Amino acid sequence: MTTTRQPVTRRGVGLPRVLWVPAALAFAIIALPVVGLVLKANWARMPELLVSDSALDALRLSLETAAISTALCIVLGGPLAAVLARGNPPALPILRSVVLLPLVLPPVVGGLALLYLVGRSGFVGKALDLWFGLTVPFTTAAVVLAQTFVALPFLVVSLEGALRTAGQRYEAVAATLGASPTLAFRRITVPLVLPGLASGTVLAFARCLGEFGATTAFAGSLQGTTRTLPLLVYLERETDVDAAVALSLVLVVVAVAVIAVTRPRGSEGLS
Amino acid sequence: MTALDARVVVRRPAFTLDVTITATPGEVIAVLGPNGAGKSTLLGVLAGLLRPSEGHVRLGDADVTDVPPHRRGVGLLAQQALLFPHMTALANVAFGPRAHGMPRRAAEERARELLAAVDATALEARRPAQMSGGQQQRVALARALAPDPDLLLLDEPLAALDVDAAPALRSLLRRIVRDRKQTALLVTHSALDALVLADRVVVLTEGRAVEAGPARDVLARPRSPFTARIAGLDLVPGVVTGDALRTADGATVAGRIDGVADGEPGVAVFPPAAVAVYAEKPSGSPRNVLPVRLAALEPVGDLVRLRAVARPGGPLWVDGLAADVTAAAMAELMVEPGADLWFVVKAAEVAIHGVRGS
Repeated sequence: MTTTRQPVTRRGVGLPRVLWVPAALAFAIIALPVVGLVLKANWARMPELLVSDSALDALRLSLETAAISTALCIVLGGPLAAVLARGNPPALPILRSVVLLPLVLPPVVGGLALLYLVGRSGFVGKALDLWFGLTVPFTTAAVVLAQTFVALPFLVVSLEGALRTAGQRYEAVAATLGASPTLAFRRITVPLVLPGLASGTVLAFARCLGEFGATTAFAGSLQGTTRTLPLLVYLERETDVDAAVALSLVLVVVAVAVIAVTRPRGSEGLS
Repeated sequence: MTALDARVVVRRPAFTLDVTITATPGEVIAVLGPNGAGKSTLLGVLAGLLRPSEGHVRLGDADVTDVPPHRRGVGLLAQQALLFPHMTALANVAFGPRAHGMPRRAAEERARELLAAVDATALEARRPAQMSGGQQQRVALARALAPDPDLLLLDEPLAALDVDAAPALRSLLRRIVRDRKQTALLVTHSALDALVLADRVVVLTEGRAVEAGPARDVLARPRSPFTARIAGLDLVPGVVTGDALRTADGATVAGRIDGVADGEPGVAVFPPAAVAVYAEKPSGSPRNVLPVRLAALEPVGDLVRLRAVARPGGPLWVDGLAADVTAAAMAELMVEPGADLWFVVKAAEVAIHGVRGS
């Protein structure tokens, strides 16, 4: 037995038809370049290009550094978001603008800034060298630092938004039930903002994976140490276009996979 | 001995709250007042969520004025249940005991007992999203009681419930709070809630207590305009007997019994608009017919309110009862203050509630 039912279609209320044209264009600007990459790819050479030593090194380094940087973003950016949202810090608008700086700053400028802070002649770098014999620039640590720098605002902004939306009513109830601020944070606040934290984490990880400008300026491009996938793509672009395209597609696949697997509920809009 | 002794002064630019509240162990105090009277501020201070400008809060022998909320032992049941959405009902109720360091098994055992006490055993494994508003509020009550608070704050706990759920929870609250001899402070807009749940009433207006006293007295003989407006109900005190209320002089008022057992103290409640007024004693129908003398007339919206006093030698409990009639009906009656009248109200219009204390 079959019952056919007339599908219910919504009648567009209030959306001017004319918006569809620029909307389609915007979508095309995002989607078509990826199609361009796919069309340009040399599928016959693909396996050979992807398992080359330099490619595997770069992929491993990219995933490792992005993972560590994302973890740093959570461990440091989570508390920062909590303080911004709930701590009533002095000069909140200024603090928040500073936190947003890496979003609007050209990454290469950020890289230079890091270099002059943590480099041999920078005041933190000099101290590290003198007291611990540590040199940060042009090491894997520099890659992690550069990625953390550019990705932190993504996590902080989305998490702060989630914290503000959630409000503190549940924490107040938890307090009347005898929960200390620490316990309430752990058992109530964190679980409640988990979706916001997840979407922030995904955005931060994706930003780390794609990081290029700050890394080149601050960490250089040494195979196996600082040459992440985006840097290798940029290098191969001049000598072997097929390799550059193949590696680019790897980045596209990883990015799509990250979004598809986690599909953050809150990623509509940055918070 | 006092369970609660608080003087709360909060100064804001446009408003000052200055009120003294005391309660003996097991006593329930209702705080009535219009919006903006300072009720929420008072609760915030008692719970420790707000700092008073001046004053003190003592619970039993302990001064908790500067003690943070999580070490006070003050529970809160608000208008919204605010159950933790990521936990089951059981985990919600066990949260308080766990926060006080009780081992998991013991805390869950205690949570089960409390869920049983609020008739919510079947909800144990459900999350808040899978419960109705009334169910959530019952679980929230169990949760608030689980840490055994010295003082329970009830912040309009029935206001957000639909008309079907509110009476059941009102009866439940009354039973639980009385059985556990729980000292509590109830903030409400509803005269009925105050009547059913509270021993004493404090009426708060613009930050000050303008009336205080036993719930029934304050509501039956309101002295402030606000109290009169929210009371707005006719009350007859007595003892529940069968399907009626027996007054002190042995008369009976028939009505609908709402969750009270035989022999318990109760009060018959009906709206003045349900009262019909006759110059001659009507006969024949199963209605409550009350002999009264007309004391005063006052306009109430489109209606005229007739205020009664006792006739010489007649029942005293009719004192203060009101009847709202249309201007046309009033004109037909052609009476003046001092006339003897009959107030008539159908049993179906009378609700008989249990009240606290004697």
